[in-house]
Amino acid sequence: MSEQDPAAAFRIEAADLLDGIEQALLDLAIQLDDRDLVDTVFRGLHTLKGSGAMFGFDALAAFTHHCETAFDRVRKGQAQASAELVHVILSAMDHMRALVDGDAPEAASDAILARLHAALPADGAPAARSPDISDAAPGQRAPEIAGWRLAFRLPPDAMANGTNPLALLDELRGLGACRVRALASDLPALDGLNPQHCLIRWEVELDGAIPREAIEDVFIFVMDDMEMQLEPVTPSVPDTVNAPSSLPPPAVSEPVTHKVETAARAVPRAGESVRVPAERLDVLMDRVGELVIVQSRLSQLANSPFSVTAGNAIVLRSIAEEIERLVSEMRDTMMVLRMVPIATLFGRFRRLIHDLARETGKDIELVTDGEATEVDKTVAEQLADPIVHLIRNACDHGLETAAERVAAGKPPAGRVTLTAAHAGGEVLITITDDGRGIDRDRVRAKAEANGLVQPGQALSDPDLLHMIFHPGFSTAAQVTSLSGRGVGMDVVKRTIEGLRGTIDIASVAGAGSTFTLRIPLTLAIIEGLLVRVGTGRYVIPLTAVEECLELTAHDDDRSRGRSMIRLRDALVPFLRLRDLFGSTSAPDDHQKIVVIATGGERVGLVVDQIIGSHQTVIKSMSAVHRPVTSFSGATILGDGSVALILDIMHLVALGQHREARLRAVG
Amino acid sequence: MTASILTVDDSASLRLATRIALTGAGYTVAEASDGVEGLAKARGCRFDLIITDLNMPNMDGLTMIRQIRQLPIQTGTPIIFLSTESDDGLKQQAKAAGATGWLVKPFQPEQLLRITQKVLAR
Repeated sequence: MSEQDPAAAFRIEAADLLDGIEQALLDLAIQLDDRDLVDTVFRGLHTLKGSGAMFGFDALAAFTHHCETAFDRVRKGQAQASAELVHVILSAMDHMRALVDGDAPEAASDAILARLHAALPADGAPAARSPDISDAAPGQRAPEIAGWRLAFRLPPDAMANGTNPLALLDELRGLGACRVRALASDLPALDGLNPQHCLIRWEVELDGAIPREAIEDVFIFVMDDMEMQLEPVTPSVPDTVNAPSSLPPPAVSEPVTHKVETAARAVPRAGESVRVPAERLDVLMDRVGELVIVQSRLSQLANSPFSVTAGNAIVLRSIAEEIERLVSEMRDTMMVLRMVPIATLFGRFRRLIHDLARETGKDIELVTDGEATEVDKTVAEQLADPIVHLIRNACDHGLETAAERVAAGKPPAGRVTLTAAHAGGEVLITITDDGRGIDRDRVRAKAEANGLVQPGQALSDPDLLHMIFHPGFSTAAQVTSLSGRGVGMDVVKRTIEGLRGTIDIASVAGAGSTFTLRIPLTLAIIEGLLVRVGTGRYVIPLTAVEECLELTAHDDDRSRGRSMIRLRDALVPFLRLRDLFGSTSAPDDHQKIVVIATGGERVGLVVDQIIGSHQTVIKSMSAVHRPVTSFSGATILGDGSVALILDIMHLVALGQHREARLRAVG
Repeated sequence: MTASILTVDDSASLRLATRIALTGAGYTVAEASDGVEGLAKARGCRFDLIITDLNMPNMDGLTMIRQIRQLPIQTGTPIIFLSTESDDGLKQQAKAAGATGWLVKPFQPEQLLRITQKVLAR
């Protein structure tokens, strides 16, 4: 995206404007008579139309004009805001977004406008006309004149208000030959003179067949407040009977805008920039400044003519420490720069709930908490779809109809609660509904029907609930348009895990369900545990590590073939990474086990050596290596070599799978 | 010496479009994103022209124009405000506040340059 493209800047602005209008509309839906909200919507639409026309978004400007007109009437008390009007304008929002992006379907506009007119009957006057098409008659020929004689006096405060009389006279001279006479008779004596007061009168004779408008145009800004006599000078031999121009004074506005054709442009998505509070940039700038100073110290040392002395070594060490501190501070600041409040995400869900309530005919209220919680921008974007799906599910399957709710002794309006909070290095997001809860019998029946569980097989409650994350699993007796949109809970789970997060369910029959998402704060840098297997080094995300212990020769021997260790009365399967990775070097005498856990499952990883904790900057794998399982990415170590980052989900699943197979065999 | 112009608008796209047009014509352009920032910049140095939006957060254009007119450093500085076709009353208010002239939105770069040339003292 070009930084120099106002149209691109407008797209970003338009997205913000539309979001603002939408929020106001949703508030208005609750308080239909709130005049401030009506004003907010009107102003937003007005700005959108005006700027849209500026940057060649003519279709947007024309369409928005209709909505603006509708709200103008509401604003002026000529019409009433109604739920239907708000709903139509909300659909119009979507169309405007499409118009901003340049991919609006042609027909949609008329359909929405038809609904708009139905929602707000026109009051005689045609409610909608294309904006800024001027009716001004094309340049009417001025009657034949030889020139003008004008006498004028500017408003006394003209100069104080920035009008320069000399510039006006110059402009008149630009129209034709000019004779100017200044009349200073109104000027007071010098000691009574206010230099800012404009008290001089002028008389000007202007030659040429100049249209009256051209002269009036010179004085356009002061016209209303000044004294002026303007008389045409007719040619000495009049041969026409044309009366002097008696045109009404021209509208005090600039001429019609030229229409800029809307070229098909590459449309950069509006969400690709991050807004950053200035003070955060200042902090970063300070650190960069310090870094530059340290760098110059380092250069000085490198260029010093002396060989490495003890003194030099101390200086070098202090520089290294300084750089380490600065880099870690810059890293922290940088991560904060990428943070956006989750309110940006939650805002969208109000609209979703509004639409869902209409579609399902249920009464639904949305309660949100913790909107100020900040998450990495990329994380926020990727969370949108899973949360939309969970909210859809909650509204469609979870919440009962008003009648059912009343029968069950609940308030008729269903409630969906969305919360966000920070917990350690994670963001905790919950989606709760107070509906009927997950029907475990039906989940069980479905799982058996799909062959996921054997009839009669014992299954813990969490395991049973997690069945809904299997691909193709759906408990809805009937697939409605809401939930049957092709995305399943398995996709939700995969997306969350792709963010290195987890998803948990709690559900009480008759009282509702809660889905809890735990997402790491940022994707770019993690705390890792650096280990060695054979000659290769690997990183294990520290959040997944439960404990490290030694694999004694005794345990090792005893577990041959079984690959299980006893950990405080629990058997934990383990994987020998040397075997897994085909390491051919001699194993270390004292092998270690790193116990990792995810989603309640534990697996031990046998490694040669635990090197220590490591700040890991995650680099994604190249396309060639992406199909490789067991690794989720790579990082570059201090010595420049590459260490692979272990994929915890995969390894835990692999360990558990092997154990299950061994158990089946044994 | 090139004329220096301050543009005050909360819309980044409008500021950008204005800057492109004005710098393209050889003017020096300073920008502010609301009335508070505009006033602060107007306090700092004299401009040959100030172009401002009226509807802005923090401090609206009318208030800013009134306050700028109190600044000795900006005595007689032309102030052009941007308006839309529908607010005629606002136009009167802005003139009463001390604005020199106006430019109707939407406008084309040529119109902006014409107005600029018109009010700039030579």
